[in-house]
Amino acid sequence: MSDYLTESRGLRSWLFTLDHKRIGVMYFWSTLAAFALGGVFAMLMRLSLLSPKETIMTAETYNKIFTLHGAVMIFLFIIPSIPAAFGNFVLPLMLGAKDVAFPRLNLASYYVYVAGTLILLGGMLTGGIDTGWTFYTPYSSTIGGSVSLMTFGVFVLGFSSIFTGINFVATIHKLRAPGMGWYQMPLFAWGIYATAIIQILATPVLGITLVLLIMERVFQVGIFDAKLGGDPVLFQHFFWFYSHPAVYIMILPGMAIISEVIPVFSRKTIFGYRAIAYSSLAIAFVSFLVWGHHMFVSGQSQLAAAIFSFLTFLVAIPSGVKIWNWLATMYRGSISLQAPMIYAIMFLVLFAIGGLTGLFLGALAVDVDLHDTYFVVAHFHFVMMGGTFIAYLAGLHYWWPKMFGRTYSEKLARLSAALIFVGFNLTFLSQFLLGSRGMPRRYAHYLPQFQPLHVLSTIGSWVLALGLLIMLGYLVASLRKKRDAPANPWGGATFEWETSSPPPAHNFDHTPVLTHGPYDYEPRTVPV
Amino acid sequence: MSEGVTPIHSPFLQHHFTEMEQQTDTSKLGMWLFLVTEVLLFGGLFVGYGIMASRHAEAFRAAHEHLDRVLGTLNTAVLLASSFTMVMAVLYARQNRRKGLILFLILTLMLGGVFLGVKYVEYSHKFHEGLLPGKYYSHQGDTVPGEFMFFSFYFMMTGLHGLHILGGMAVISWVLRRAWLGHFSGGYYAPVDLVGLYWHLVDIIWIYLFPLLYLVG
Repeated sequence: MSDYLTESRGLRSWLFTLDHKRIGVMYFWSTLAAFALGGVFAMLMRLSLLSPKETIMTAETYNKIFTLHGAVMIFLFIIPSIPAAFGNFVLPLMLGAKDVAFPRLNLASYYVYVAGTLILLGGMLTGGIDTGWTFYTPYSSTIGGSVSLMTFGVFVLGFSSIFTGINFVATIHKLRAPGMGWYQMPLFAWGIYATAIIQILATPVLGITLVLLIMERVFQVGIFDAKLGGDPVLFQHFFWFYSHPAVYIMILPGMAIISEVIPVFSRKTIFGYRAIAYSSLAIAFVSFLVWGHHMFVSGQSQLAAAIFSFLTFLVAIPSGVKIWNWLATMYRGSISLQAPMIYAIMFLVLFAIGGLTGLFLGALAVDVDLHDTYFVVAHFHFVMMGGTFIAYLAGLHYWWPKMFGRTYSEKLARLSAALIFVGFNLTFLSQFLLGSRGMPRRYAHYLPQFQPLHVLSTIGSWVLALGLLIMLGYLVASLRKKRDAPANPWGGATFEWETSSPPPAHNFDHTPVLTHGPYDYEPRTVPV
Repeated sequence: MSEGVTPIHSPFLQHHFTEMEQQTDTSKLGMWLFLVTEVLLFGGLFVGYGIMASRHAEAFRAAHEHLDRVLGTLNTAVLLASSFTMVMAVLYARQNRRKGLILFLILTLMLGGVFLGVKYVEYSHKFHEGLLPGKYYSHQGDTVPGEFMFFSFYFMMTGLHGLHILGGMAVISWVLRRAWLGHFSGGYYAPVDLVGLYWHLVDIIWIYLFPLLYLVG
């Protein structure tokens, strides 16, 4: 029987495909390659920080490396990874649709992603930049180098994100299977929907901000230059108006995966379906009101800072609602600790730490002390890596059999999960300590008293990398096996498990009809 | 099935939709979402303009005197007329009247061309006087310092808008070609409709740009 992977062969059949599953797979490998590149930058950085003095790179090179690590991880990996790779692959299947709403736009978004990536790489090869991924003015608007090229690359990548967002909103509105109302959708779709709304509303603002930055560099238009009557802090406002919501573009899809994995492996209907769905929308809404918390020490008014601080605390409410609902789902469930569930639980632990330390930073007085220290670095790595990336791994292990039709070694999966957990905590818990003791972020050299914790952090990064390499090993090994994945290896109740693994090109042999809820497991108790 | 309505098996129905109405609704939703992103893109420029205009009110007021209100008004009228011809094109498409559709699409294109022509005259006049953006500003005899920033915004805003007019003309040409080939009917004219929506948005943005740039103070 032919499936979407074998239905047609040859490079052209991939390059011109309109199949959301193939586009998802292309995004998957591309974003993974970007992750590897960003990871290499991270390892180099950690290696250099083994010693307080200069070792393998100059301070200048170090500044470029941390900038590229941030830019690659954020714009090329985290933002597109879950929506464009897993979302593309799974969302239409979950809704019982044959494809996304606009397949050609979908393919276009992939090529725009590739173009943006090439421009970004071009910028790196022509010298790179050392502005940090935030491109703050006036530094970014006055130095030479590849700033214009790199920011133009990010501008182009924005279109790819917007196209994906438009596609998913339209797909969710218009292509649900007959009988599937909004509240019969899997929660993954709700999370992707909230993400797509942010992608549509925030990304254009980043686009115009970067255009203004490029204009400032080329024409000296004056808007961000105090000398000419402009305002460099205005750039920060513009930038964070996008980039704070963008943080939720990164975390919401991760939460969406967790909402799928936890009920399946607890064999229990999700607790608080509507609360989880609404909390995704609430996070998306509040995300637009909190950008000023990045600017507590940038000279905004104290009143504004107090308001932003208060609004920032609001984010904790819907996030907490989700955590408690997931825990309540697990309560008295029949939990099976297979790889996806191991990562889901790891997510709960790490995201809770990341989220709570976010409240420390949202508090005005505390932030003045911790601003621009390793505490901030540790906080957002707990949220972005401990949260989003670990959820990404949960999704990867959950849908791998569906995507490629193969199962992987559960034993090795556990080993690598253990290494990743230990390595991650060694790397970043030590950075919380470093930060609270005053180690500033983005410094190539540091005082000798910080060395023990830095060494610990670097050793952690090696353990983490080893865990990831083992994972790469068993996943690639599984691809060389014969197809052995059943249609529904986990006993899931959403539509993607009703079709074969991997699915046929048109997704379903018969249009699926909704007969039970997305979390109504065998033996079924509640009819629709 | 009434006359002029494309049957379910329209050649333009894509495989992942079950019926034409679903496809049309979906494409309209997609277009509206795209228009939202356009509004936000221009929104950044409007906010930047607003902040800088309030900080340099005198300079902006003095600088706007260099703009030609007559040409600005003319262009506003031209774009409003083009919105009318676009609406007529959609109407004729819906009524399955191919000749009218083609005629009004051509008229819309021509009005777009007139707009760009007038803009060209305005731009060359500004270039000649040294009213250029940023560091290229070289106008002599300014009474208030800082007028250059008004022209930074003038060129960025009208330039981005001009690019959108060009883009609009490109997609209208594409729709015109399809109309020529007889692709549209009363049951399938979504591309005309969508291009019309886009054209109206570009028009509306000008409706805001015109008073902001030409009539301030």
